[in-house]
Amino acid sequence: MSEPHDVGCELALKRLVEFVDRELPVSEHDSIEQHLRICRNCCSRAEFESQLKQRLSSLPSEGVPPATRDRVRDLLKRF
Amino acid sequence: MVPVTLVEPFRPFARLWSRHRLTISKDDFESRVLAILGPLHGVARRLTQNETDAEDLVAETLTRAWGARASLADASAFRAWLFRILNNTFISERRKTLARPREELLVEDSSQEDSAFSLFEHLHEPFLLWLANPEQEFFDKLLREDLDRALAALPEHHRVVVVLADVEGLTYGEVAETLDVPVGTVRSRLARARSALQRTLLNVARDRGLQAARAPSAHGIVRRKVSNV
Repeated sequence: MSEPHDVGCELALKRLVEFVDRELPVSEHDSIEQHLRICRNCCSRAEFESQLKQRLSSLPSEGVPPATRDRVRDLLKRF
Repeated sequence: MVPVTLVEPFRPFARLWSRHRLTISKDDFESRVLAILGPLHGVARRLTQNETDAEDLVAETLTRAWGARASLADASAFRAWLFRILNNTFISERRKTLARPREELLVEDSSQEDSAFSLFEHLHEPFLLWLANPEQEFFDKLLREDLDRALAALPEHHRVVVVLADVEGLTYGEVAETLDVPVGTVRSRLARARSALQRTLLNVARDRGLQAARAPSAHGIVRRKVSNV
């Protein structure tokens, strides 16, 4: 029984952002994940990209100002 | 057997018919808008970078959306549909104020913009080898204001994809729908935009003493070592 073919660092890094975004087809996602299990550097890079994305997604919204919310409600009532 | 052969050819038409029949009620429209008003205003705020303009953009978007509600083919795509109208409204409003808006807002990806810049690689340059975990040091020192400033510094065509995909969490398909471009274009724009964002964040790393203010290494990834010094 042979080991699954390793995609290598070059392809892994090329697909890393899509991997982190979960936008790869399942088979390709699994191949990259397999590589990350055996390559510390690519794994660290993936963690970095993932953490940066997480920080962006958790940027707290400043919230909708009450005046804007009121204007929107008034507008919706007029439709 | 006969009903199957009769019904099958008409299925596509049935779908078309049902699509054209989709009309969103006023109550449904209102509840859907209010449910995503936060993200809608957030995107508007980051696009306009001005509270007054953001409010006007949201109001104009909703007015246009209500007028164009018959174009909503799939109610489950309401968010992407509304963001698309927001983006188009923003572009059309900017056209009125900018001399060369298309170049700024709808720039194509044929430029020489770098999509290969990696902050991770720069944090691992040789002079930092004494740091056991430079990327964690970076995140520990990265403030919300740093990210806000880095986002604000991006050109609009970069900022919009990062805001939609990373801040608001839209899928590539939804971003493509919003910007009215193919998914492949979203991939390439996002790669360039993130690269530009990380290039800006390099300055943050430098300010925090995590990167020297010098030309980046041409050697690519440098494997981390822990110095005895």
